[in-house]
Amino acid sequence: MRRLIGLVFLVLLVFGQAIGQQAQPLTDDPVLEKRLNNLSKELRCLVCQNETLADSQADLAEDLRREIREQMRAGKSDQEIINFLTQRYGQFILYRPRVTPTTYLLWFGPFVLLLAGLALLFNYIRKRRDQIEEHPLTVVQRKMAEELLSPDSGKDSA
Amino acid sequence: MLRFLIPLGLFMVLIVFLAIGLTRDPHEVPSPLINKPAPTFRLPQLKDPSKTFSAEDLKGKVWILNVWASWCISCRDEHPLLIGYAKSGAVPIYGLNYKDQRDNALGWLSELGDPYVLSASDEDGRVAIDYGVYGAPETYLIDQSGTIRFKQIGPVTPDVWEKKILPLAQQLNRGTK
Repeated sequence: MRRLIGLVFLVLLVFGQAIGQQAQPLTDDPVLEKRLNNLSKELRCLVCQNETLADSQADLAEDLRREIREQMRAGKSDQEIINFLTQRYGQFILYRPRVTPTTYLLWFGPFVLLLAGLALLFNYIRKRRDQIEEHPLTVVQRKMAEELLSPDSGKDSA
Repeated sequence: MLRFLIPLGLFMVLIVFLAIGLTRDPHEVPSPLINKPAPTFRLPQLKDPSKTFSAEDLKGKVWILNVWASWCISCRDEHPLLIGYAKSGAVPIYGLNYKDQRDNALGWLSELGDPYVLSASDEDGRVAIDYGVYGAPETYLIDQSGTIRFKQIGPVTPDVWEKKILPLAQQLNRGTK
């Protein structure tokens, strides 16, 4: 039994390495890889649109990462690379769209809704406060209440 | 009365927005390249890699660049249409063979027919990045000055051809005469 387990481990060890070798080789430059990773988190993969370029396994994403890596090596700044990509793929490639007249609604719409909601809420509360009528106690009621609340009311009923 | 009409009105507005949203394809991203110069490239020709092809060779002509690949399933749907359009002779169609293997690409053309005047091989997809390709097939209409005038993302349909590409190409061709 022990020998069998040993064999399984040996097989896993050998094949595990074989699988491990298929992974994408990282470049030898960890600083560049980190920069690439940070930048591609800000970019959208256009094939699977809800994934970032950093997460996506699509072919195009890999090609774009390669392109970005090469441009970084060539000394381009992040902004230059973003410009390169938006010239080709448009604003849509940015996960954080720029603030332009076409994106005003997107950026400020939620705050407008929030303000509108608050205004409605305050208005409603004020209206309700006006609607509540005061019902002052009559003299008889007040007397009854005083009797009930007085310390010796308990003795009376006992 | 008003307290019922306001929510109803807001609801109607919401419905209209959602209805418009339904008619749109989120995969169609407007290309920033429309009315911009077609990116330059020089690539080996698919059938004869010793020759090259460049967008600049076609200055002065109205032409179509169609991005295709043998692994692309929608390209297979589009292919018979392209063959028909190529036969009609309305606009010359050039191919950009995108991230494909040469043998597969040649096999595809001999099996399904070749609508292209010629195809250029973009094996590593670099030229495609310049053209903002993200889902083959994609089709560009390029005018005499080398400006992209129209882009179709996904397969060309008879509707798009007859209502958009063909009229625009004819209009551009008339412009030179």
